[in-house]
Amino acid sequence: MLQPWIFIALLLPLGIILPGVAIVANQLLGPHKPNPAKTSTYECGIETVGETWVQLKGQYYIFGLIFLIFDIEAVFLFPWAVAYDKLQLYMVLEGVLFILILAAGLVYAWQKGALEWV
Amino acid sequence: MSDPFGAIGGWLMGLLQSLGLEAGPARFILQFAAAGFLATILLLSTLFTIWAERKIIARMQDRLGPNRVGPFGMLQSVADLVKLVTKEVIIPAGADKLVYMIAPLLVVTSVVAIWAVVPLAPKLIGSDVNVSVLYIISVGSIGTLGIMLAGMSSNNKYALLGAFRTVAQMLSYAVPMILSLLVPTLLAGSMGTVAIVEQQRAVPFFLLAPLAAVIFFISSLTEVGRAPFDLAEAESELVAGFHIEYSGLSFGMFFVAEFLHAFTIGALTATLFLGGWQGPGVEQFPLLGLPYFLLKTLAVYFLLIWARATFPRVRIDQLNSLNWKFLTPLALAVLVVSAVTDKLASELGWNRILANLAGEGVIVVGALMGLWAYARSLRRRQESLRAQVTPSRATGAS
Repeated sequence: MLQPWIFIALLLPLGIILPGVAIVANQLLGPHKPNPAKTSTYECGIETVGETWVQLKGQYYIFGLIFLIFDIEAVFLFPWAVAYDKLQLYMVLEGVLFILILAAGLVYAWQKGALEWV
Repeated sequence: MSDPFGAIGGWLMGLLQSLGLEAGPARFILQFAAAGFLATILLLSTLFTIWAERKIIARMQDRLGPNRVGPFGMLQSVADLVKLVTKEVIIPAGADKLVYMIAPLLVVTSVVAIWAVVPLAPKLIGSDVNVSVLYIISVGSIGTLGIMLAGMSSNNKYALLGAFRTVAQMLSYAVPMILSLLVPTLLAGSMGTVAIVEQQRAVPFFLLAPLAAVIFFISSLTEVGRAPFDLAEAESELVAGFHIEYSGLSFGMFFVAEFLHAFTIGALTATLFLGGWQGPGVEQFPLLGLPYFLLKTLAVYFLLIWARATFPRVRIDQLNSLNWKFLTPLALAVLVVSAVTDKLASELGWNRILANLAGEGVIVVGALMGLWAYARSLRRRQESLRAQVTPSRATGAS
């Protein structure tokens, strides 16, 4: 049961270690002479004004929320899709009903103007 | 030979056991070697894909492209790599050091890990887990996290803006991607990539659900974050976006991850919709599977490059409208229609391909009519605006 996951458990750390080794090699091979001008924030050559953590549009947050809803709904749909071969027609239609409720949520967000980029 | 890769594995296994190892540790060492081999090959393959992409884009733009280092400039990427290795890794003042250094590693590992579940040839796959599709989605989103961390830890307004655009772009486009991934899952009745490829023996899913394939292609193009959807690093607006402060190989890792991700999208599209390693003569000669798979992958990869060379960058409001108002409803419609028509076809004995294609055709007609109505309302609004503006201007002139 757990046998196939060993490969993934080995590949995931390797995906971190190999580029990590490359970056460490870079730090060893490359020069290391920091100075204030070099480490200062690069914003088109002009000195940066104020704090970096400026306030950004709330729209990003709303998109994040809508994504969260759809993502969770999709996770519920996966078992239905896997069992599809064994389902009767009315069971498929029940899944369709679920998707329609999801679509109604999208229509609601659309009508509320949550999808507009203002 | 019916199973050449299994035979190689068995031979290596025997070799290790003849050295006096137990079966358990021997298998572990073999898997470790295979994982290391796969990861190394993938990371090195970007040296080739970067060259190929630069060359193809150059030809499309009527330039020569890299042509000095090595034959046809093939060693250009190697020269770039050597240059990047000898550059200084600059950590900007005020940066969150740990997060700043971890971010590129996360981006790379998210792409490399996807390849664990990509079947390269018959019986040649890293691990045949039964939740591969879910695994692809979850591991792929680690890359988004890495890009966000990179932008946020850099202590730079442009990088921060790039990170926020990533939220709007990559998170949003995960929705149609997941919905389009549901279609091959339900057509195959399994989440495992091996089962999905096996189910495409008779007919590839591209013929059963072409719209799902197109939606997957577009949304994963956005997930990669390259032109025409390269808003997170838009050079003309944000200098370099989320990786503005990175230098040396930690910048190079973002570059490697982007190109490898594009190649991975080709592999995933080939696996899920074009039949993976399936092709004529694969039953007799399983070794043929690998060239078939690579050929399909490279064909999709070429499409990606073509799109990059052709389309201008979209604006962020266009990007979000395209996703939430067009692709997501379309993906929902495709999912519903595929589920119902495929079930009806199997219960009533219709031709599976024709029934599915007819269903997709209805969606295409509906989508085109919707677009037509939208374009007409836009034109009306513009005309009414012009009608309001013109008379007042005329009176102002007189």
